[in-house]
Amino acid sequence: MHDVNWVALSIFVLLFAFITWLGFAAARWRKGDLDQLHEWGLGGRRFGTLITWFLVGGDLYTAYTFVAVPALAFGAGAVAFFAVPYTIVVYPLLFLVFPRLWQVCHKHGYITAGDFVRGRYGNRWLALAITVTGIVATMPYIALQLVGLQVVLGGLGVSGSGLAADLPLIIAFLILAAFTYSSGLRAPASIAIVKDILIYITAFAAVIVIPMQLGGFGKIFAAVPPAKVLLAVPGAGTTGAYGAYATLALGSALALLLYPHSLTAILSASSGKAVRRNAALLPGYSFMLGLLALVGFFAIAAGVSKLPEFAEGFKQFGNNYAVPALFLHSFPSWFVGVSFAAIGIGALVPAAIMSIAAANLYTRNIHCEFINRNPTPKEEAQLAKWVSLVVKVGALVFILFVPTKYAIYLQLLGGIWIIQTLPAVVFGAYTRWFNDWALLVGWAVGTYAGTAMAVAQDLKPAYPLKLGGFLLPGYTAFYTLLLNLAIAVVLTLVFNAMRAKRVDETVASDYYA
Amino acid sequence: MNTAVEKRGERWSWWYLLFLVQWAAVLWPPFYNSAEPTWLGMPFFYWYQLAWVLGSAVITAFVYLVTQR
Repeated sequence: MHDVNWVALSIFVLLFAFITWLGFAAARWRKGDLDQLHEWGLGGRRFGTLITWFLVGGDLYTAYTFVAVPALAFGAGAVAFFAVPYTIVVYPLLFLVFPRLWQVCHKHGYITAGDFVRGRYGNRWLALAITVTGIVATMPYIALQLVGLQVVLGGLGVSGSGLAADLPLIIAFLILAAFTYSSGLRAPASIAIVKDILIYITAFAAVIVIPMQLGGFGKIFAAVPPAKVLLAVPGAGTTGAYGAYATLALGSALALLLYPHSLTAILSASSGKAVRRNAALLPGYSFMLGLLALVGFFAIAAGVSKLPEFAEGFKQFGNNYAVPALFLHSFPSWFVGVSFAAIGIGALVPAAIMSIAAANLYTRNIHCEFINRNPTPKEEAQLAKWVSLVVKVGALVFILFVPTKYAIYLQLLGGIWIIQTLPAVVFGAYTRWFNDWALLVGWAVGTYAGTAMAVAQDLKPAYPLKLGGFLLPGYTAFYTLLLNLAIAVVLTLVFNAMRAKRVDETVASDYYA
Repeated sequence: MNTAVEKRGERWSWWYLLFLVQWAAVLWPPFYNSAEPTWLGMPFFYWYQLAWVLGSAVITAFVYLVTQR
C-alpha cells in the first residue's frame, strides 16, 4: 500500500476527535433520564422536523451506501442507479404509513415493531418472529458499516500487519461503543448533523470539481463502455433487466423502512407531523445519492483502476476502492481528509442507531417477554445498554475474522428476511383484518422460500422466475413478499371462517393525532 | 393546536393518489432507458431519474400542504 497521507490523516483524526467529544456531550442535550429506555433508546421522542431529518438521513444513507453504490456503478454500470427510483418510491410510504405507526406507538409506549405487533395482534410468537428477523437482519448491516470504515482507513495509507492492521478500526469502534452506551440515541442524532454536512460538501465537490477535471459529463459517459451506460433491452418473452431494475427498486424501498433502525429513528420524532414533513424533505438525500452513484462513472473515466498507486487498494477492497481511489486522485490532501472523515463518520451514525435498535428489540421483545417479565425501568434501560455493546462487539469480531463477502451476502439475505415483516407491520398500521397465525405462517414460508431462492442463485439478488413460458427476473425479496401475502390472505379467510378469536389492545383512534 | 386540522391530515385523502404518478414514472424503465436526449452531456436515463427526485419532493410537499389544511 502507498505511504501514509499525513495531511489527510491529521484532518481525519481531528474530525473524529470532534465527533467523539460531541457523542459524549450529547448525553446532556435535551436532557432526560437516561435510565429510562425511551429516553436512552428513542431520545425521549423529542426530535423536531430538522433533527429528525438529519437523524433519518444519517441513518438510511450509510457509509456502506456511499461506498457500495458508486462501486456498483463502477463495476456493473446503469443498474446501480436503481438506488434513485428506490428512494423516490420510499418516501410516500413514509408519508402514508409511519405517522400512523408513530401515533399508536406514542399512545401505547411502544418502542419497537415487536411491541406494536404484540399489542396489535396479542400474539407473542408473531412478535418474536418480527423481533428475531429484525435483529438478524441488522447484525450484518452493522458489520458492513465497518467495511466502509476499513476502506477509507486503507485509503489513508493506514496499514500494518496482524493486530496493528486492525487497530484503527478497533479504536473507532470502541469510541462508538462508549458514546452509544453513555448517550443513547442522542449521540448519533448530534453526530448525524456533522456527518450530513460533511457528506453534502463532499458530494457537491465531487460532482462539480471532478467532471471539470475530466472535461465534462459528455466525455465521462463516452469513456464508459456502452453496455454499462444503459440497461440491456429485454428480448422476447422476458422482462429482463427492466423487471430486475424495477423490482429491485420497489423491493428495496419496501424493505428499507422495516429495518429496526428506520423505525427507531422515525419514532424518535416529536410528532406524526414531523414524520410527514420529513417525507417531503428527505428526497434531498436521494438527490445526493444519485449524484454519488455517478461518481462510479467518474472513477471509470479517470481510469483509477489502472493507476499503479491504487493497485494494492483494488486488490484488497475490490470495486469498493473506486471512490477512495478517485478522491485520492482528484482532491488535494486536506480535502481527502474531509471526504474520508465524511464516510468514516457516516459509518458510525447508522452503526450506533442499528445497535440501539437491536438492543431495544432484544430487551423489550425477548428479555421482558420471555425471561424477566417485570424489570424496573432502570433495569430495562441498563440491559439495553449492555446489549448494544454486545451487538457491536459481535459485528467487530465478525468483520475481523470472517471474509467481508459473507457480510455482504448476509446483508442481501437480510433484505429478503426483513421484507417478510411487512404484512404484520405495515398493513397492521391500517387494518386488523389479518389473522395473527396466518401472518406467522406467511412470514415463515416467505423467509424459507426467500432464503432457498437466494442460495439457489448463489446469493445474487435477482431470481429468474419462470411463469407460463415467460422469464421474469426480479428481486427475490419482492417475489417472496407476494408469496407471503398470498398465504396470509388465504389463511386469514380460512381462520376467519373458523371464527378465530381476535385480540387487539389498540383502537382506531390511537392511529390519529 | 387545532385538533380538527391535525386529524384531517391522517385520514384518507384522494390527493394521496398523486404518489402513483411518481411511482409509475420511475418503476417503468421503458420510459427512460435511452441515451438521448442528453443534458449537459448526461444520458437521458440519468437526468430523467434525478429530475424525478425533485419531482417527487414537489409532489410530496404538495400533498403534505393540501392534506394539512
